[in-house]
Amino acid sequence: MSGKYQKVAYYPGCALEGTGHAYNRSTKALGKALGLEITELKNWNCCGAMEVKNIDPKLQTYLSARNLSIAEDMGFSTVMAPCNGCYHNLKKAEYDLANDPASREVNGRLSNKAGHKTYEAGKVETIHALDWIKQAIGEQGLKERVKNSLRGLKVANYYGCMYTRPRHIFPEKDRGPGSESTSQPHFMDDLLAAAGAENVEYPLKTACCGGAHTLSDSDTSTKLVLNLLTTAEACGADVIATECPTCHTGLEMHQARAEKVFGKKTSVKILYFTQLLGMALGLSPRKVGVHENFSESRDLLRAKGLA
Amino acid sequence: MPIHEKSLIRPENLITHEHLELDGVDVSGHWSTFINSRVVTDYNEQMQEEIAALPGGEFIHRCWQCGSCTNACTVNAINPDFNPRYWIYLIRMGMEDELLRDKDIIWQCVSCNKCTYACPRDVNPEGVMKATAHWLELKGHTEKKPSMTFDEIFSEQVFETGKIEDGLVLRQFFAATKQSLFQDWLVGMVRALAFRLPVGLLTKMGLATLFHPRTRGWGRAKAAIEEYVEERHAADRRALGLDVQGAE
Repeated sequence: MSGKYQKVAYYPGCALEGTGHAYNRSTKALGKALGLEITELKNWNCCGAMEVKNIDPKLQTYLSARNLSIAEDMGFSTVMAPCNGCYHNLKKAEYDLANDPASREVNGRLSNKAGHKTYEAGKVETIHALDWIKQAIGEQGLKERVKNSLRGLKVANYYGCMYTRPRHIFPEKDRGPGSESTSQPHFMDDLLAAAGAENVEYPLKTACCGGAHTLSDSDTSTKLVLNLLTTAEACGADVIATECPTCHTGLEMHQARAEKVFGKKTSVKILYFTQLLGMALGLSPRKVGVHENFSESRDLLRAKGLA
Repeated sequence: MPIHEKSLIRPENLITHEHLELDGVDVSGHWSTFINSRVVTDYNEQMQEEIAALPGGEFIHRCWQCGSCTNACTVNAINPDFNPRYWIYLIRMGMEDELLRDKDIIWQCVSCNKCTYACPRDVNPEGVMKATAHWLELKGHTEKKPSMTFDEIFSEQVFETGKIEDGLVLRQFFAATKQSLFQDWLVGMVRALAFRLPVGLLTKMGLATLFHPRTRGWGRAKAAIEEYVEERHAADRRALGLDVQGAE
């Protein structure tokens, strides 16, 4: 155990209070089981998701920066965001405030008018839930704590778009051994393998699920998701492990939609990586919110001895 | 994935004759296909500048037409007519009529940022797609597309309360685009979930629809954001030579 990230600020974001509730529940349960302390940001706001930047990108920077300034006020140097969208936007704000004077100007002006401190780049580090477990506990630490190995469970690890792209906002990635890769991410693979899972070769780790247009251009999203699902099945996966509430809900929704609208049925299950790790540590499926997922995976979990 | 340069040579400009002899030379059949020459006179010389003035379009001038964006594109893989490299070319050349042929698909960019990742010139093609979609709408070439309606409903909720409630976004979007909430795939999914969820969580979700989640003391942030949005809106319209009063 490296000791890093034992106590971090927690930014759940809107999705984890809504459709991604199971991710919120399982992230908290996992942290508790591993003895990691997380403190939710006080009175946080939406990071801008994927929509506000299309109204104006600098507004997204401001919205995200406001959350970073809360973390700073609360005395934290690290904020952990499990949602890829939130994680991406906080990183993007950090990058823009460090590199773009116009973004700094707008952030300063809006922060003053809104009556709170202006966040300046470099004060707070944003990490993903994957970084958090990987750095605070690590593979060895996980192995020592596994009570209920995921042995025999074939997993396709799906990271989506926002965890690695565009790469310039993730300066800590692609730094060689030990660091995360933007073209072949592996942190989730590493953690699940440590918990005993059998990761399949999955070429669509960073492909897009069409989450940004999941409702406004449903047919495109269904086609993209169907491709992710059928490829995972062709790779031999029982489960697709996710680390983003938008991807997760998108996969579930469009799996159902593909069956009803396109007549294409797929049976691969969809679970958050935090749910899989939690069950490996001996937590019950209910404790990690498996019953809150739209897709039903309890038969598989029972068959694999996890429920 | 090849580059779709063929789009500039329309089928109607390809001429093949089954039997034709010109000055004693046999030019029959598709080996001797003629391409009707065309003269483009209606360049829109302002187009690149206007799109560059909208957020996301700033770096369009850097493009050297390598095609990495189209090669990497998620949407191009399911619809070959979706071609960012080609559109950037048309915008930079001012070929507005050619661009307008694709006006109804440009909004379909899913913002996966594969293009931005691949671009060797930091053009930010994803931003250019959004700027172009905005430009088409502001200029009146297209009606408001579903993704823009969604972005607006979503953003207005954030500006209003600091947070969003996803159920409300869904209901408002379906209402704005005149779709039924009771699509059988959605109903099936919600019903399956409702049978499994504990009563406590269902109650909590029900309450969230009554008491919208909000950030406390958001009033001043809301005022600052709304003022900024108005300012940007006016600046965008000015850059496109449009009447600022016409802003919503």
